[in-house]
Amino acid sequence: MNRRRRLPLLVSALTAAAVLALTGCGDGSTVVDKTEGADLVIYSGRNETLVKGLLDDLAKETGVKVGVRYATSAELAAQLLEEGDGTQADLFFSQDAGALGALAAAGRLDPLDASVVGKVQDGFADKSNRWVGTSARARVIAYDPRKAPEVEQMTTIDAVLDPKYKGRVGFAPTNASWQAFVTTLRVTRGEDQAKAWLEKFKANEPKAYDNNIVALDGVEKGEVALALINHYYWYERVAEKGAAAVTSKLHFLHGDDPGALINVAGVGILKGTDQKAAALKAVEYLLGPKAQAYFASKTFEYPVVEGAEVPSDLPPLKELDGLALDLNRLESLDKTLELLDEVGLS
Amino acid sequence: MVRAVEAGDRVGRILLRPSTIELVGRSLGLVVVVTGLCLVIGVGVAALVTRTSLPGRRWVGALAALPLAVPSYVAAFAWIAAVPWARGFVGAAIVLTLCTYPYVLLPVAAAMRGVDPAQEEVARSLGRGPWRTFWSVTVRQTWPAAASGALLVALYTLSDFGAVSLLQYDVFTRAIHTSYRASFDRTPAAVLSLLLVVLTVLIALGERRSRRGLEQARIGSGVSRRSDRIRLGRWAAAFSSVAVLAVLGLALVFPVASLLYWFATGLSAGIDAGRLVTSAGTTILFAVLGALVTMALAVPVGVLVARYRSRTSSAIELAAWAGHALPGIVVALALVFFGVRVAQPIYQRTPLLLIAYAVLFLPAGVGAVRAAVAMSSPRVEEVARSLGSSPLDVLRRVTLPLAAPGIAAGTALVVLTIMKELPATLLLRPTGANTLATSLWTETGVAAYAAAAPYALALVVLAVAPTLWLMHAQGRLAATEDL
Repeated sequence: MNRRRRLPLLVSALTAAAVLALTGCGDGSTVVDKTEGADLVIYSGRNETLVKGLLDDLAKETGVKVGVRYATSAELAAQLLEEGDGTQADLFFSQDAGALGALAAAGRLDPLDASVVGKVQDGFADKSNRWVGTSARARVIAYDPRKAPEVEQMTTIDAVLDPKYKGRVGFAPTNASWQAFVTTLRVTRGEDQAKAWLEKFKANEPKAYDNNIVALDGVEKGEVALALINHYYWYERVAEKGAAAVTSKLHFLHGDDPGALINVAGVGILKGTDQKAAALKAVEYLLGPKAQAYFASKTFEYPVVEGAEVPSDLPPLKELDGLALDLNRLESLDKTLELLDEVGLS
Repeated sequence: MVRAVEAGDRVGRILLRPSTIELVGRSLGLVVVVTGLCLVIGVGVAALVTRTSLPGRRWVGALAALPLAVPSYVAAFAWIAAVPWARGFVGAAIVLTLCTYPYVLLPVAAAMRGVDPAQEEVARSLGRGPWRTFWSVTVRQTWPAAASGALLVALYTLSDFGAVSLLQYDVFTRAIHTSYRASFDRTPAAVLSLLLVVLTVLIALGERRSRRGLEQARIGSGVSRRSDRIRLGRWAAAFSSVAVLAVLGLALVFPVASLLYWFATGLSAGIDAGRLVTSAGTTILFAVLGALVTMALAVPVGVLVARYRSRTSSAIELAAWAGHALPGIVVALALVFFGVRVAQPIYQRTPLLLIAYAVLFLPAGVGAVRAAVAMSSPRVEEVARSLGSSPLDVLRRVTLPLAAPGIAAGTALVVLTIMKELPATLLLRPTGANTLATSLWTETGVAAYAAAAPYALALVVLAVAPTLWLMHAQGRLAATEDL
C-alpha cells in the first residue's frame, strides 16, 4: 500500500528541486541568458582561455557591452550558416581563415571599410574586405638538436620525406593547422603532386599524435626526432616550463614553401547586424596596438598590423610570407579530407 | 532530415562511397564488441554480487555502478595520457566498455535480486547443476533487464563522440563531425546521420525481438523469497575478487586517480573557484530542469508502449530511440535550424536547450518507465477496472505508483546523462552560461589538462549523486515485483 504514496512524494520532491533551481536563477546566482544585456554578440571560435582577457579589455575600453559565445570555429560557422539571417551574432571571431572563407562564400559577411583592412599587412585579409586577420601563426618544424641537428639546414618540407626519418616524424592528423598545410600543398602544387607527397609521407611511417602539444611532447621525450607543429606551441612551452627545461628547437622553412604556411585568426561582421557601429569599434580594437600586443605577448602569435612589435626571437613575418596564398582557398578543406582519406592519413 | 531529402542524387553517391560502408562496419564492430563485453562484465558482476558469497560484495555492488559518473571523454583522456598505445579500436572498446557496463549491471543486479527462486529450485530438483541452472534459468529470467541495458550501451556507443575522437577511432559520429568541420556543407553529415538513425532503429528492433515471449511479471500468490547464495570455493572466490577488483580499478580508480594527479599538478596555478561554482550550479540547473521536461514526455510514452501495444506506439518508441543515436551536434544544429525560424524568442535560451535534452535523452527515460510498467502485472490494473475505476483513475492510482521506481530511475539516468552532455549544450546554451562540461572543454581546448582537472573532478563528484539514486531506484524496482 505504501507504494501508492511514493509517486506524489517523488513528484513533490522534483517540483521542489525545480523551484529551487528556478529561484536560483532568479537570484542571478547562475549565469543565464546574458544575451539580453549585451549590445554586441560575438561568436568566438577562439578558445575562451586564450581570448577572454582580450575581449574583457575590449568591452572596457570601447564601452560596448559584449556577450560572447564560445565553441569551435567550425561548429560556429555551421551554426551561423544554419541561422542565416536570423542570427543574433554581430561578429565572428574565428581561429582560422577557412571558416571565415566559408561564411564569406555563402554571402554571410558584410564587407569592412578598406581603411580598416588596410592596416593589416598584405595577404592577411580577404581581398574583397569581407574579413580581416587579427593575428598570425606559422607552421614550423620542432626538432631535437641532438638527434637531428641537420633540420636546421632544411629549406623545404620535402626534406622530411627522406627515408632516414622513417618512424621519426611526429604530426597531428586531426589538427586543423596540419589540414590547412595539406590544403596549401594541394593549392600550390596541384592535386597529383600533393597526393604523391602524402603517399611518400605515409610510407615513411610518421607517428600520429592527438594534437600539436602532444606532438611537441613527443620530441621532448625523444619518441620522435622532429614534429610538424605551429610556432606558438613551442613558445607556450618555454613560457610554462622555462627555456632551460625545453630541449627541442624550432626551425622555420623558406617562406615560399608550403611547409611554412602562415595562417591567421580573424574577424568578420555578420550581414544584417543591427550593431554595425559597435562591431566596427570591436574590429578596430582588435587591430589596435593593445590587442596586437596582447597576441604577441599572451598567445605568442604574430601581430599582423604594420608596425606592431614582434616578439624579439621570432623571425619577422615578412621574411616568412613568400607563398602569396589567398587564404580564402583554405576553405576547400573537404577536398583535403577526401585526399587524406584516400591516402589513409586521416 | 530535410537536408538529406533536398540533396537527392548526392545521397546515393555518399551512401555508396566505400568509406561509408567501411564506416558502417567499423561502427557496428565497436558496438558489438562493447555491448558483448558489457554484457559479460555487467551480468558477471551482478551475479557475483547478488548470488554468491563474494567477500565484500556490498561494497562491490555500490562501487561497481560508479563508473557511470565518469564521462567517457574524461576516461578516454586518462587512458591516452597514461597508455599512449591504447588508441583506435582497442582503446575505444576498452574505454566505452568501462564507462557503460553499469547500464547492464544495474538492471540485471536488480532483476537478480528480485527474481523468484522457485523456478531455479525446480530446475535444481530436476537434476540440473548450479551452473546450468544459472545459465538456463537465471540468465533467461533476467534477460529483459540485460537486453534493455545492452540497448543503452549499444546506443551510447553509436552516439558517443568524445571518447572515439580522443582515441582516434573513426566511426559515424567522428565522420559526421569531420564533415561539418571540413566542408561546412551539411549534406554528407545529414546523410550519415540518417544512416545512423536506421542502424539505431535496427538495433532497437533487435532488442525488442530478443525480449519477445519472456514473461516479465511474476503472477502467483505469496511473497517471493530471496535466492540462496552460491558458496564460492577458495579459488573461485580469489579469482572472482581479482576480476572484480580489476574492473573497478580500471573503470573507477584509474580515471579518478589520473584526475587527482592533474588536479594536484594544477593546484600551483590556482583554481578559478568562482567559475567552478557557477559551472556546477548551471550544470545542476540544466540537468534537473532537462530531466523534468524529458520525464514529462517519457512517462506517457513509456506507459503507452508497455501497455497499449500498437503500430503507433511502436513507431513513437522507435522515433524516440532515433533521437538518442544522433550525435549531439546533429540534434543541436537541427534545433538551431528550427529555433531560428520557428522559435526565435527561445533560441539560445534555456527552454530550447531543455527541448534538445528531451530529444536526446527521451529513450533513456522511456526505457526505464517501460521496464517498470512491464514488470508490474496488468492483472492488477484489470482488477482495478473491474472494481469500477475509470481508465484515468487506474493510471493515476495503480499504474503510475507501480511505475514510480522506474520513473525515479529514469529521472536519475537522464540527470546523469545531461550533466555529461557537451555538443548540444555548447551550441544552444544561453550566451555566457557555462556548465562543467563546457568549462572542461574550454580548458582541454588549449590542452591545459591540469586546469581542466577540477571541472572533471567536480563533474564526477556531482554525477555520483544521481548514480546512487539510480542504484537505489533500481533496487526498489526489483522490489515492486513482489506485489
